[in-house]
Amino acid sequence: MVDQSKLCFHCETPLPTSGRFELEVQGEIQRFCCPACRAVTQTILDSGLDKYYQHRDKPAADLSTKLSPQAELALYDSPDVQREFVRALSDQSSEANLVIEGISCAACVWLLEKHIGNLAGVERFNVNLTNHRARLTWNPNEVQLSQLFAQILAIGYTPHPYHPNREEQLYQQEHKRAIRRLGVAGVGMMQVMMMAMALYLGADLTMDPHIARFIRWTSLIVATPVVLYAARPFFIAALRDLRTRHLSMDVPVSIAIGGAYIASVWATIFGGGEVYFDSVSMFTFFLLIGRFLEMQARHRTGLAGNALANLLPASAIKLEAGTEHLVPVSQLSVGDLVLVKPGHSIPTDSMLISAHASIDESALTGEPLPVTRSAGELLTGGTLNVDQPIEVRVIAAPDQGRMSAILNLLDRAQADKPDAARVADKVASYFVAAVLLTALVVGSSWYLIRPEDAVWIVLSVLVVTCPCALSLATPTALTAAIGNLRQMGLLITRGHVLESLAQSDLVAFDKTGTLTTGKLSIRQTITIDGTPANECLAIAAALESRSEHPIASAFADYFEYPPQRAKNHVAAGVEGCVDMRDLRIGKPEFAAQAYLGEPPTRPTDSGLCLLLASSDGPICWFVLDDQIRPEATEAIAALHALNLRVVMLTGDIAENGQRVAKELGIEQVEAQMTPEAKLSWVNRQQQAGRRVVMVGDGINDIPVLSGAQTSIAMNEATDLAKTSADAVLISTDLRKLAGAIAQARRTRRIIKQNIAWSLVYNLVALPLASLGFIAPWMAAIGMSASSLVVVGNALRLTRNPRGY
Amino acid sequence: MDIIYLLIPIAIVLVGFGTAAFFWSVNSGQFDDLESPAHRILYDDDEAMIPEDARVPKAPAKDEPKA
Repeated sequence: MVDQSKLCFHCETPLPTSGRFELEVQGEIQRFCCPACRAVTQTILDSGLDKYYQHRDKPAADLSTKLSPQAELALYDSPDVQREFVRALSDQSSEANLVIEGISCAACVWLLEKHIGNLAGVERFNVNLTNHRARLTWNPNEVQLSQLFAQILAIGYTPHPYHPNREEQLYQQEHKRAIRRLGVAGVGMMQVMMMAMALYLGADLTMDPHIARFIRWTSLIVATPVVLYAARPFFIAALRDLRTRHLSMDVPVSIAIGGAYIASVWATIFGGGEVYFDSVSMFTFFLLIGRFLEMQARHRTGLAGNALANLLPASAIKLEAGTEHLVPVSQLSVGDLVLVKPGHSIPTDSMLISAHASIDESALTGEPLPVTRSAGELLTGGTLNVDQPIEVRVIAAPDQGRMSAILNLLDRAQADKPDAARVADKVASYFVAAVLLTALVVGSSWYLIRPEDAVWIVLSVLVVTCPCALSLATPTALTAAIGNLRQMGLLITRGHVLESLAQSDLVAFDKTGTLTTGKLSIRQTITIDGTPANECLAIAAALESRSEHPIASAFADYFEYPPQRAKNHVAAGVEGCVDMRDLRIGKPEFAAQAYLGEPPTRPTDSGLCLLLASSDGPICWFVLDDQIRPEATEAIAALHALNLRVVMLTGDIAENGQRVAKELGIEQVEAQMTPEAKLSWVNRQQQAGRRVVMVGDGINDIPVLSGAQTSIAMNEATDLAKTSADAVLISTDLRKLAGAIAQARRTRRIIKQNIAWSLVYNLVALPLASLGFIAPWMAAIGMSASSLVVVGNALRLTRNPRGY
Repeated sequence: MDIIYLLIPIAIVLVGFGTAAFFWSVNSGQFDDLESPAHRILYDDDEAMIPEDARVPKAPAKDEPKA
């Protein structure tokens, strides 16, 4: 357990070594990791919602990376932007659909609803915990949408407009239909069971045959909607599979449900025989539960399909004859002149007109440091302008940029994805063929021997071999394992993941943002003229406080006092005045100009060296670095212990890659790889027979994530990366990865045991039934017992694997 | 035992009503979020609704909502 006092009170990330952000909370001084977290806690306390900290069971999202400029929010008030997600209601109020980023537990929902719902002008605010979607009804005459957005930001969440697409609407319908089916099957099962009890008891005592007949008819009436409505998905899937000449588990399930139902209807109408309405309804209900849980796990990322809309800016400032117009991005055309303010993204692929610009291309390349571009160079749409306002000329229509090209690569990669072998389905198709063949043989032989018994015996063969156990073998184990992995912090979004994880033998990691935190931090402070390190840091933090450059954020933790004056120089550093001294910080050559001399030699080759200098000479070096995740070494060792090979794929230069790899104990590094190169590397490995697990986070990882047999995205990954990955590491704790692979191997073992058990049961029961030895009540007991064994075995997976 | 000829049809009609109500509640969106209601009931956010004379003073007075 980590010492709570060393963690941020709000987001529970480790405190910076020199954390000075404190606030009194309920009579105690609490410490924070950054000013943003402290501000959020202040807002929460001021609105009397401090209960949030008692209710929550997960820490809030880390805020230090997202301090959204307030001015940007004003865009949301323009009718052009609002048209896409706001609907005017009849009584002067408007309704907006939002996606809220940063929701981690139910207390977040409580906090959001209380805080926003109590603001003046807000009529209703509902937040959905499952898909992070919110519906906001407010009166535009009383409060602006941008003010409400600012309030949501103030308590630490990021609102995005939500444009539902077709896929999302289809999912909504599917979800509702599944719940209705579950309800019908559940209610029907209870009613039919009640009546079946009367029949079972009445069979021994002397029950009036009229009453027995009456009860059978009522069971028929209740079971009919269960079979015809609730069990429909199984029949439809079975039909589809038969048409494509492929025997899946749905075929025996449909035969069992359909066969038992028809036999029971036959018995009810013509008298005689047994009725199986209770087994039919119960079987349907249990299978539907499994399907429902599986579907929910698949859709839990919730933000699916909507990702690109969040990434690309919704509006841009177009320059026409020297005046600024706010226009939606979709209206930009080639040749338009656009003004991009610092902190905004480049609307579409464009050419730089201004002399210099610092561009954060991390969305494209995953590397955290901005690159410098000069006039005439190409800027990719979706990347971020860092330093100062720039003018650009549009050279590609918004939907034809390079970001869209990566998306095309994604489509291709998905099509090439190797299909994981599905043990259960393969076994099932042989099994189904065998059962159908046996039923046919049994039927025809009994027809020759005693025609009047043939129908009954064929049906009893089908019911006895009702593949309950076999069809429950895989889904119950998968459901249990998926639920357990979700508690461990790995969210599975595709069905094949557990199987391909179990078979994997190579794990490939992206470096930035995956093995490292993706945020710059100060690794070392080396003084030159003897000034104490903390004084150097305070001076540097004062200078950097006026910059929006990612380097500046590394100093934010050490901020104590503002500078008297500070000026940003693009791609060079900051010049300013602190304590009446003229100072420069930045690239060595730039800083050395402060004393008009040569910069001293760099203290180290790896990492990024910044020089702080005054007019008297150099003061100190700062070595900045992308920090390695604290648990990464342990995680790599655990993967090695499972006999997996670990490789690092990075777009960064070889030295940085080697240094990180050496520290972590990774044996192989592939450096300077483009997204295309990563994809082809993984494809080559897969063609050579290796089963690859790819772990990544950025837009640049999307093609390789979709191409790898199993792909896992970090929780901080862009939404698009998350939707193209097979699983999301929610806890961002890399150690869980080894645990997940161990759990996947265990799941595979248990599935095999289950299949073996149910096959043995069916192989014993089948000949007995076809010879007419098994009475229906014996079949019922055998069926339930074998299913219970399978379910019980699968439930072992809800416990954590040993040692994790 | 003839009474069951009346009772069972009544039970089936009642189940029919129940199913119809269930369908209505699903269609009106009450089952869209299956997670947060389970947590929400545990939050003590009804302090403002407790009458003045029935309140028991708590150790840290700050617990009471300011808004």
